Amino acid sequence: MKPVAFDIVRARSLAEATRLLAESGGTARLVAGAQSLGPMLNLRLAQPRLLIDITGIPDLTRIEDTDDSVTIGACVSTANIEDGRLPGRGLDTLPAVAAHIAYRAVRNRGTIGGSLCHADPAADWVSTLCALGAECLITGVNGKRRLLADQFISGAYQTALAADEILEAIRVPRLSAGGRCGYYKVCRKAGEFAMAIGVVLNDLDRGVFRVVIGATKGRPIVITDARDLQRADESIDDDAILRVFDKHGIVDRIARRQKLAALARAYNQAMKP
Amino acid sequence: MATHGIGASVLRKEDDRFLRGRGQYVGDFRLTGTRDVAFVRSPVAHARLEHVHVPDEFKNVVFTAKHLTGIKPIISAPSVKGFKYSVEPILATDKLRYVGEMVAMCVAPTRAEAEDIAGAVTLEFEELPPVTDMLSACEPGSPLVHEEWGDNIFVEFSENGPIEEVAKTAAIKVTKTIRTARHCMFPMEGRGVIAYRDPRLRYLTLITSTQFPHSVQTGLCECLGLDHGLVRIISPDVGGGFGYKGLLCPEEVALGWLALQVDHPVRWLEDCREHLTANANCREHHYQITGYADADGKLLAIDCVAHVDAGAYSAYPISSGLEAAQIANLLPGPYVFSAYRCRSFAVATNKCPTLPYRGVARSGVCLAIEAIMDAIAREAGMEPTEVRLRNMVRPEQMPFENVVGKHFDSGDHPECMRRAIEAIRLSEIRARQQRPEPDGRLIGVGLSFFVEQGAHGTSVLASWGRPIVPGYEQANVKLTADGDVEIHVGTHSHGQGHETTYAQVAYEILGVNFDKIKVVQGDTLYTPYSTSTWGSRSMVYGGGAVANASRLLAKRAAHIGAWLLQTDVANVRVADGKVIAGNSSVTLREVARAWYLQPQNLPPNIDTGGLDVTAGYRAERDSGTFTYAAHAAVVAVDPATGTIEILDYVVVEDGGTLVNPMIVDGQICGGTAQGIGTCLYEIMPFDAQGQPLASTMIDYMLPGATEVPDIRVLHMQTPSPYTEFGIKGLGEGGAVGPPAAIVSAVNDALRPLNVEVQDLPVTPERILAAIDASPKRATVDHA
Repeated sequence: MKPVAFDIVRARSLAEATRLLAESGGTARLVAGAQSLGPMLNLRLAQPRLLIDITGIPDLTRIEDTDDSVTIGACVSTANIEDGRLPGRGLDTLPAVAAHIAYRAVRNRGTIGGSLCHADPAADWVSTLCALGAECLITGVNGKRRLLADQFISGAYQTALAADEILEAIRVPRLSAGGRCGYYKVCRKAGEFAMAIGVVLNDLDRGVFRVVIGATKGRPIVITDARDLQRADESIDDDAILRVFDKHGIVDRIARRQKLAALARAYNQAMKP
Repeated sequence: MATHGIGASVLRKEDDRFLRGRGQYVGDFRLTGTRDVAFVRSPVAHARLEHVHVPDEFKNVVFTAKHLTGIKPIISAPSVKGFKYSVEPILATDKLRYVGEMVAMCVAPTRAEAEDIAGAVTLEFEELPPVTDMLSACEPGSPLVHEEWGDNIFVEFSENGPIEEVAKTAAIKVTKTIRTARHCMFPMEGRGVIAYRDPRLRYLTLITSTQFPHSVQTGLCECLGLDHGLVRIISPDVGGGFGYKGLLCPEEVALGWLALQVDHPVRWLEDCREHLTANANCREHHYQITGYADADGKLLAIDCVAHVDAGAYSAYPISSGLEAAQIANLLPGPYVFSAYRCRSFAVATNKCPTLPYRGVARSGVCLAIEAIMDAIAREAGMEPTEVRLRNMVRPEQMPFENVVGKHFDSGDHPECMRRAIEAIRLSEIRARQQRPEPDGRLIGVGLSFFVEQGAHGTSVLASWGRPIVPGYEQANVKLTADGDVEIHVGTHSHGQGHETTYAQVAYEILGVNFDKIKVVQGDTLYTPYSTSTWGSRSMVYGGGAVANASRLLAKRAAHIGAWLLQTDVANVRVADGKVIAGNSSVTLREVARAWYLQPQNLPPNIDTGGLDVTAGYRAERDSGTFTYAAHAAVVAVDPATGTIEILDYVVVEDGGTLVNPMIVDGQICGGTAQGIGTCLYEIMPFDAQGQPLASTMIDYMLPGATEVPDIRVLHMQTPSPYTEFGIKGLGEGGAVGPPAAIVSAVNDALRPLNVEVQDLPVTPERILAAIDASPKRATVDHA
């Protein structure tokens, strides 16, 4: 379990990183916290010729604060989010979710952008950022573009990034004062990848009532209007959720029970006054 | 009890270096010119190997079976009737029998480069249908792991008590089918070997992470055709073994051979994938067990058929039969009954050999018999603890021989159980179960009880037909010229703290400054030959030897001391590091000075053996000591998600006289953590083709700090009547009790839903599957 030999470059700017990426013709990989890529290198599942370390690029560790959002550099560590480095109000969900991702040692190195780019369906950031309506800020040799997180994630371990593009930052809209986000995951032990994830964002003041079913076999399932899953008394409608499972091919009876429980609990959190 | 003697919770001597990161493990050695080895391993479970293709550029650095001239395969065949032995080639010859079997050895300046070379070697083979399940392996027509056997059964053990009469009339009959998972041992440090030739002392030297240096020496001599005097084994600090390092591994033989061919040291360090997929597997059992009882829960008979998935080969020297043998003779556990029938089979499969793991076979048998006790309790409408108490040995019956002749040496089993019931607050839990939990979870409580036979001696092991039978354990104890004490032992601590506990034994007798007692271990050059550390034997046997040698040393020192004090030896005693006669004394330092530096001061009729004593020890009765324990668990089961939380965990254990209670607590807590892993997390899955499906810790789950509760340990101390100081072996019990206690608690929690789980590990999926399959179709609140 030792990697195939590779070169490593510590890029000093986004421009340098995108240039190196474009020049490599697909043989380079970006590396930030290396918490997923590291094991893949050791198992020789990934055999890049060049690793481009982007953690020293100042742009990628910036946190920008505006009234209605916070923009988090892709290389901000999960530990920094856990420790409350995000300024302002309305994003309490992020440190709460961060605190239960893997172990502190992993959170110290693992980055929010790295997790999103790795696109493991069971990863906490993938589901959370899709639910929060986060925007991915992308830079490439041909310029910049933006994608919503649920469009950025195109499948299990797949993203919409082109080979020469870099995820620069993630802009997360703030919740309004009355907004609530519920998050529940089922895992066998602390720090393990989830077997089921439910996220519910209840922020009707901003006109948002979104549900995400995560830890699926592909992209997270995003339901943009959670009222479709409510009964008249505003309690959650199990049958409606089961129909969503049917529609998305979630047939395993155990998985359905766990995902239902996760979603119902996230929903109940989000509905508490 | 003196401040540092038997019974004192002395801080561990070895922790000073361990906690400062100064331990020295195989991977810490830096020998000039060392080259690393990576193995090409079989990618398939069962195949006929046709050709190993090595690219020309690597011809000189890749070694295959055809290069291994003068090397014998590993044959571990106990002289047990009907045992069919396996021939385990060091590198595969004509057949591949499991994924991970070694085929070629690649040598390079670094491990990464060695892996590059291994990646360039290609194998040609014809795949054969694999044998992946121990039950279907016993069916006629199954593919054969070893064709020459005619079937896949290494050996069968049986106990053939007459049970028919009892079976006919018993009011209660309960049957359980239980499968335990194949899992992995996972010490912090995997295996590792550095091998080199020592031209000065003329030794082939192996620095290897092993529990038993001398047995590796013997095994290596056998395979390489060398005399013991030409092989030196050094086992430095060992980061855990749990049995995995209590056997000769083929890598040790391969590296030993390689070192004889090349002019530089060679090194192999096991990686996580090798550990999980190719090496450290254990514990895969299947039980079909029936219990018979009267209407009051009195156990009348046990009838069982058990299978062990032993994997492809028989490991040296413990053999593939040990686990099945243990099942047949340990299954009755602590209970009193007279009709017992059991057949247990060690079955060969196309998986890596199962190796002896802490509490060999015992966590499985404990789970099986305790499941029967729980089932009887349900049938009889009794509290499960009551059924257990009803079937226990009473203290006045001790020593007691059970249905298979196990000789329980001492103790009060019912009292142990009662203390556990009290400590876990059984009645409070029963009251709590009467009302729903606010979070919708279900609360359950379960207990297990077992005896732990430790420190088996010659009579037990000789009857198992082992190639290496333990006899008199020896220790060398000497005074240095400064009067310090140096102890050399052949046992080897791989986490047990022997540097501290042996020193406590010597302190008890000699009373020298505890800091001046040093224990040397882990090197065949400096220590007496020993079967070493396994089977919870070291403290009983090694401790006994240190005591005997210390006493003899004290006698010799007394002789010199009496002369220096100008008195008769009959007037002196040794204590507090001195030879004392009335109000006058000389220190052992002064005695040592006389012997080593000022011999003109010695008495005329001196014992010329001096202040350097080797003495041996064997227990008065060597059928083993019988520690016993009750484990009690309270769990919360979430019926919506299937997740389990352990809310409380109590161990009440009687391990005889405790040399160092703090170390014992560590042993129990560590073992219990492993038992929690066995019960709830650990499984080495295989697909139908025999491919192992977990190759990293992403896929192989161990309990971590957050999954292990604060284990409350309570002690009883009934000395063994047969051993020095009354010490009993107790290194394994922690790992034995948890699956039975936790499964019992989980099933207690699930009782309102009228479902049970039985197979290990108890995963959320298995809980939910049981709920899902329940005819009651229990509806579950999301809370």
